[in-house]
Amino acid sequence: MSVSPNILFWIIVIPGTVVLGLVASWIVRKVSALVQWRVGPPFVQPFYDVAKLMGKEILVPQDAHRIVFMAAPIVGLAGIILLSIMLWRIIVTQTTFLGDIIVAIYLMVLPSLALILGSSASASPHAAVGTGREMKLVMGYELSLVLAFIVVIIKTTALVEQGQQLSLAAIAQHAPVFSISGMLAFLSSLMCIQAKLGFVPFDIAEAETELGSGVLMEYSGALLAIWKLMQAVMLVTLPLFLVMVFLGGLSADFLAGLAKPVGTLPIGIIVLLIFIVTGLLARFNKYIDILFLLTLIAACLLAGLGKYVLILVMIILIKNTNPRVRIDQAMKFFWVYCSLALAIAIVLALIGNTCGYSWL
Amino acid sequence: MSWKIKALKKSPWVFHVNVGACNNCDIEIVNCLTPRYDVERFGIKLVGSPRHADALLVTGVGTMQAAIRLREVYRQTSKPCVVFLIGACPCGTGIFSQGYHVAGPVDKIIREVDPNAIIAYVPGCPPKPEAMISGIVKTLAAL
Repeated sequence: MSVSPNILFWIIVIPGTVVLGLVASWIVRKVSALVQWRVGPPFVQPFYDVAKLMGKEILVPQDAHRIVFMAAPIVGLAGIILLSIMLWRIIVTQTTFLGDIIVAIYLMVLPSLALILGSSASASPHAAVGTGREMKLVMGYELSLVLAFIVVIIKTTALVEQGQQLSLAAIAQHAPVFSISGMLAFLSSLMCIQAKLGFVPFDIAEAETELGSGVLMEYSGALLAIWKLMQAVMLVTLPLFLVMVFLGGLSADFLAGLAKPVGTLPIGIIVLLIFIVTGLLARFNKYIDILFLLTLIAACLLAGLGKYVLILVMIILIKNTNPRVRIDQAMKFFWVYCSLALAIAIVLALIGNTCGYSWL
Repeated sequence: MSWKIKALKKSPWVFHVNVGACNNCDIEIVNCLTPRYDVERFGIKLVGSPRHADALLVTGVGTMQAAIRLREVYRQTSKPCVVFLIGACPCGTGIFSQGYHVAGPVDKIIREVDPNAIIAYVPGCPPKPEAMISGIVKTLAAL
């Protein structure tokens, strides 16, 4: 097992992912605000939100199961951070371990499972309704998500050499999205990711207006901050996972360069300088804020995160152009339409494999 | 100034409590969230649960029935928190003064739970969105 030459990279990768997640959550809020013709929050807003929640009083409801209530957010955050580290390791060092696809699928369920546990331990009727909805939603999209992985696995088995281990690292070297079955699988799993993130149209479990933030209702203070951090890390990890599985992975040169002492350091410093200058100017003029957003996206493109930004923008646009669906509509969408499309995709992928048509 | 208060000033999440208002102030509160005033610029966000809130926006005169619920909501809010009384009714019962159903000005009801509660008054019938934003800014500056 090879490890990156610089151990420092592996020390900063966890706080780095959390910070990246908070920045991504700012992008979501800012772009949503621009779509609605508003100005939107300043860049440091997510950081202030988390800092404020950390300083607030933690209230535990009288009838709540204390241990499960307090442990659930930590379990969820730990699970999603573990998944993000698995992905960074594959991106940076191209190494992985046996059975990583199964582990990734398990770790992806962990945040939803923690949410279900935490909210059902909070002894609130609103949270109970939210729990029921979250459970149904998980049952809905997990089927589609696993079917989409099966399509990718079938596509990849035709491409790996004899004797090479079929793992996420092997999958990340091919881009199955450039085929009919791969495209179907990509689109359905994009919707699954939307549901996993709890974004509109699938924010049924959190439904601010009717359930009063549903599953998270009884959480306050630092525990709520941990949930917010978990959602921020999910905003990095899940699109990154889609990039690895469907779009052929990130170009790791820049990140591998960062892991070395020098390398692409000059470019990094220039981007960082532009970043800081526009960030400071944004304090004086609200319109420079938009310029700052554009610089941030340009910096992501420079850093080889273009595919990630593409998926993030798709998620934001879906979020802002759809109303919330009912739980039965969501179930029907995933079980009938997505599963049907994925069943067709699996058949197409199998036909493509046996007859040698890679575009099927 | 401690970091807790500084962070609180930068992201006050508000929860809206109606204790017998005529809906006029409520409309003006929602008005603050529209693109014209867009209070998300200041990090102000309307949340669905008092557990998440840093500020309670109380509208209405505080009826006998609602007073019990208001005390409960104040207890459920995680501290430190600020109470904003929006409109003439919660500030001093307004035109409903001495009505048979009135439990008193809202500040009195809240002080029964917590004598040291931080209470800010935004009078008006209804107050303009500008007045509400000004009230919030002045209160946060005074913290």
